[in-house]
Amino acid sequence: MSHIAVVDLGTGNLHSVGKALQKVTAKQRIVITSDPNVITSASHVVLPGQGAMGSWFRALDEHDLRAAVVNALSTCPVLGICLGLQALYSHSDEDGGTTGLGIMSGNVRKFPINQRLNNELLKVPHMGWNRVQQCFSHPLWTGIEDGIRFYFVHSYYAYSDMVSEIAALTNYGLSFVSAAAHSNVFAVQFHPEKSHEQGLMLLHNFVCWNGES
Amino acid sequence: MALAKRIIPCLDVDGGRVVKGVQFVGIVDAGDPVEVAKRYDQQKADELTFLDITASSDARKIMVDVVKAVAGEVFIPLTVGGGIRDMQDIHQMLHAGADKVSINTAAVDNPYLVTEASMYFGSQCIVVAMDAKKNGSSWEIYTHGGRNPTGIDAVSWAQKMVDAGAGEILLTSMDRDGTRDGFDIELTSAVSDAVSIPVIASGGVGKLEHLVSGIVEGGASAVLAASIFHFGEFTIEQAKQYMETRGIEVNL
Repeated sequence: MSHIAVVDLGTGNLHSVGKALQKVTAKQRIVITSDPNVITSASHVVLPGQGAMGSWFRALDEHDLRAAVVNALSTCPVLGICLGLQALYSHSDEDGGTTGLGIMSGNVRKFPINQRLNNELLKVPHMGWNRVQQCFSHPLWTGIEDGIRFYFVHSYYAYSDMVSEIAALTNYGLSFVSAAAHSNVFAVQFHPEKSHEQGLMLLHNFVCWNGES
Repeated sequence: MALAKRIIPCLDVDGGRVVKGVQFVGIVDAGDPVEVAKRYDQQKADELTFLDITASSDARKIMVDVVKAVAGEVFIPLTVGGGIRDMQDIHQMLHAGADKVSINTAAVDNPYLVTEASMYFGSQCIVVAMDAKKNGSSWEIYTHGGRNPTGIDAVSWAQKMVDAGAGEILLTSMDRDGTRDGFDIELTSAVSDAVSIPVIASGGVGKLEHLVSGIVEGGASAVLAASIFHFGEFTIEQAKQYMETRGIEVNL
């Protein structure tokens, strides 16, 4: 029987991701795992992430999961969430500069502190419900209203000029990539597992996705 | 600006049960955290905060089960506070399904805990809760549920906690808490202006206009309230509609 692997690097709250996925699929088993074999044999892989990019990559190597994750990124439907989106880019400024997986073209940088918009201080982290403007149609956007709000919490953001990979943009003083797509890989900066019904809808679309766009 | 201001209902939990009389029409068990959380989720709450008011460490385990049960049913962010002492407590709550933990007394006793926790778990999940009371022209931090004065100035404490790695501040005015006279706007705006991270205003909400002034005059990113929602006076949705008519962006 096929299963969905949620990559566990031991840092974040994966309970919610697991529960939310279980809510949207009756057929597939959800396995939260640090075992490369379980990732390699999965039908779908979820790459969540919290905390800092440098320690995320250190944990990836300490758990010996880099090869399995890289393999999944070219073979099966993968959903990156939060840091799992940022890790797909070439480079992040976080932790004194961190090299990413380079699946998506672009870089990750920090929101400026003390930036004001209409005289209001833009707080960092960018935390709360913000609008996600879809840039093109994609199986993962099925049934999700364009411009609806999802829940975000992050201090770094991805920017890219590769239009074909920008699945959605969000504005917080500046425009950043809130969803990215590249063949069998889809990634979101927001937390679908914390975004009410529209979040569950996106997860449902993911577990039903065959990786083609 | 498209980021919505947040409304966060706060639930006091004692021994695994919601206390302080939540009164919803048609709710079967008003003490059941899962049922209450579901109801707020339906009303479009932006997040939920659970405050564990249990003193004993035995009941702490019950709180972990509460978090697990709620996180399995409600898919919006959950914050858990009350009695969080060390890295082990934080790990337990996050592992059970909490998205954030709020640290109050332990941050005063050991500010390094905030640094250690934010480095390990990420600052996005570390909320520093501050109980502040007016003292002359400034505000003083109190710990242990508002029992112990510390002599620490609230504004400088907030700044110190940002430097330590806090991702958000939950600011409660002890002078206003329970009064229904509205937030301490001066306090809220003094702290909010002094820090780069989001501030949640808390303490004193008695009518919808108070939520508006917390955001507009206080500069808060979110407002926390208990009784006006618990007793069914207003739903979260009604509160959001009201705020929207006053020009505040909300997630409706």
